[in-house]
Amino acid sequence: MKTSLLTPLLAALALGSAATLPAAVQLSGAGATFPQPLYQRWASEYNKLHPDVQINYQGVGSGAGIKQFTAGTVDFAASDAAMKDEEIAAVKKGAVMIPATAGSIVIAYNLPGVKELKLSRDAYVGIFLGKITNWNDDAIKASNPGVELPDMPINVAYRSDGSGTTFVFTKYLAAISKDFADEVGSDKSVTWPVGAGGKGNDGVTALIKATAGTVGYVEYGYAVNNGLAMASLQNKAGKFIAPDEKSGAATLAGIELPENLRAWPEDPAGDDAYPIATFTWLLLYKTYDDAAKLDALKGFVKWGLTDGQKLASSLGYIPLPEAVVTKDQAALDSVK
Amino acid sequence: MPVRSPETDPKTGLKDFRKGPDLFRILCGVASVATVATLVWMILEITHQSLPAIGKFGLGFLFDNRWQPNREIYGVLPFLLGTTVSSLIAILFALPLGLSVAIFLSEDFLPPTARQFIRFTIEMLAAIPSVVYGLWGIFVVVPLVKEFGMWAVKACKGVPMLGTLFGPPAYPNSILTASLVLALMILPTITAISRAALVAVPQTLREGSYALGATRWETIFSVLLPTAAPGIVAATILALGRAMGETMAVAMLIGNSPRFTGSLLSPGGTLASLLANQFGEAVGLQVASLMYAALILMALTLLVNIAGEAVLRYTQSRTAGIR
Repeated sequence: MKTSLLTPLLAALALGSAATLPAAVQLSGAGATFPQPLYQRWASEYNKLHPDVQINYQGVGSGAGIKQFTAGTVDFAASDAAMKDEEIAAVKKGAVMIPATAGSIVIAYNLPGVKELKLSRDAYVGIFLGKITNWNDDAIKASNPGVELPDMPINVAYRSDGSGTTFVFTKYLAAISKDFADEVGSDKSVTWPVGAGGKGNDGVTALIKATAGTVGYVEYGYAVNNGLAMASLQNKAGKFIAPDEKSGAATLAGIELPENLRAWPEDPAGDDAYPIATFTWLLLYKTYDDAAKLDALKGFVKWGLTDGQKLASSLGYIPLPEAVVTKDQAALDSVK
Repeated sequence: MPVRSPETDPKTGLKDFRKGPDLFRILCGVASVATVATLVWMILEITHQSLPAIGKFGLGFLFDNRWQPNREIYGVLPFLLGTTVSSLIAILFALPLGLSVAIFLSEDFLPPTARQFIRFTIEMLAAIPSVVYGLWGIFVVVPLVKEFGMWAVKACKGVPMLGTLFGPPAYPNSILTASLVLALMILPTITAISRAALVAVPQTLREGSYALGATRWETIFSVLLPTAAPGIVAATILALGRAMGETMAVAMLIGNSPRFTGSLLSPGGTLASLLANQFGEAVGLQVASLMYAALILMALTLLVNIAGEAVLRYTQSRTAGIR
């Protein structure tokens, strides 16, 4: 008796729910925390324009993103470190790297009362090597005449997870300092001589905000959105450049993108160039089996490369130069 | 035993199941075997995954203090030390506190309803998720440790042993922070089990002790605690095991540094937090090394349990006549 009532009830429910399901395309992506705010904003804006396309992006770190991309558990990935040749070879369906946006990596600090800080090359290499341990060290004082530097120990914050931000930052430090290259090296995950680790750009931001005297490297957007003070860094030309959109754009202008669209600035030489800026890549497979997903993804990336760039500067990213957008479109067309 | 279908009693028509297979026994047997088999399977799988690392590093893995993924050099000494030190400090704080609460709750200092309320509240502590402890630690314990750290570094400068133990640099996310929160997490375990052990001491022992003229405190320390010792040891071992394996709260508070400087105020790492932080993006040799670290963590927990079992047997043999 009871079972005979249950079956038609369940059937009715199933039919009812099936009738209300839209033909939605769901795309999932994972990767760098660097562009996470931008991609998530893009996803929500694109969903307003195309309600049937739902894009979910998770910032798990460039390393984890590449791993999931290789395993095929996501539709697209993002990485500040692009992909190494071995990593590309490991992807069965082939990989296409498309620079989607760019940003500067800043050295953010928490020193109450110190609004402007200039760090020379020796200073910031020394801080991250653990050689300079106090804020009133001569190396820092020398570049900041007139600034009252407190007698406080320097607490360093770094990324505890595999990070493209770490990759670019260490690449730069290793390029300008042989000591750094020997002692630490450069990769998505390195062993820092000093400091405490935080997970993601947000983890490092939290560490910096929590304690006075902390210094760490984060992406420009995170520093701006969380009100962190950023140091002006000395570039190759010897000038101290504050991180902002113009200086970052000057850095990018000097990068020549090769065939596979993977390149990083090698210690930019320009007077106005901020020393550390990088593209961040969207990683797509060369082929997609699901036609609906392919169309949705290509539409989304195309939108991101054109209309999406307008959102970039308000969130603290550097809009892509025109030349790069053209090359990106060509690469996107090669995805089938 | 020959399997026979249950016979039907001709008079009553009822089936006699006593001569058939003992289904309950079989079910329990299967459950036991399955549990043991799962554990064995887990150990085998982890060992299999860690073979490349075992082959490359051997036992040197335990004594190497360099963990450098970009150079493919792996060694877990700092994490081994971090795990042991943070767990021991947690026990150092939690054991006296937990035992005191257990004694307080097993004696009649308070009316029964008040005792029940305190007991309930402490057991609620055990229900709080690890992540919530981590968040609470970030907002409450970290500022406290920061203040303490700055004071301690200045106060212990130059003092022989304390100078290294509380040496610079003092970070707010440090081994001490993680240990304090761990102590709070293992407190309910120690309290609940010790209280049960103390309450299980026969009332005759208490009465006998008072009859001989002992005061309440003499009774507690000379009679009750030694009698309840096996239970208290069991509580400590369980708590130690939990502290060693605790992952989320520790990863959020310990600073995640792959080096052990000997200072409690510096960031460090435990085996569990290492796995939590690095497993997501590890590939190749790093995965094998992390599995090797997992194997070592399991071995460490096993060692603690064996030591606990040994202590338990010793204390039980010593207090055998009393019960």
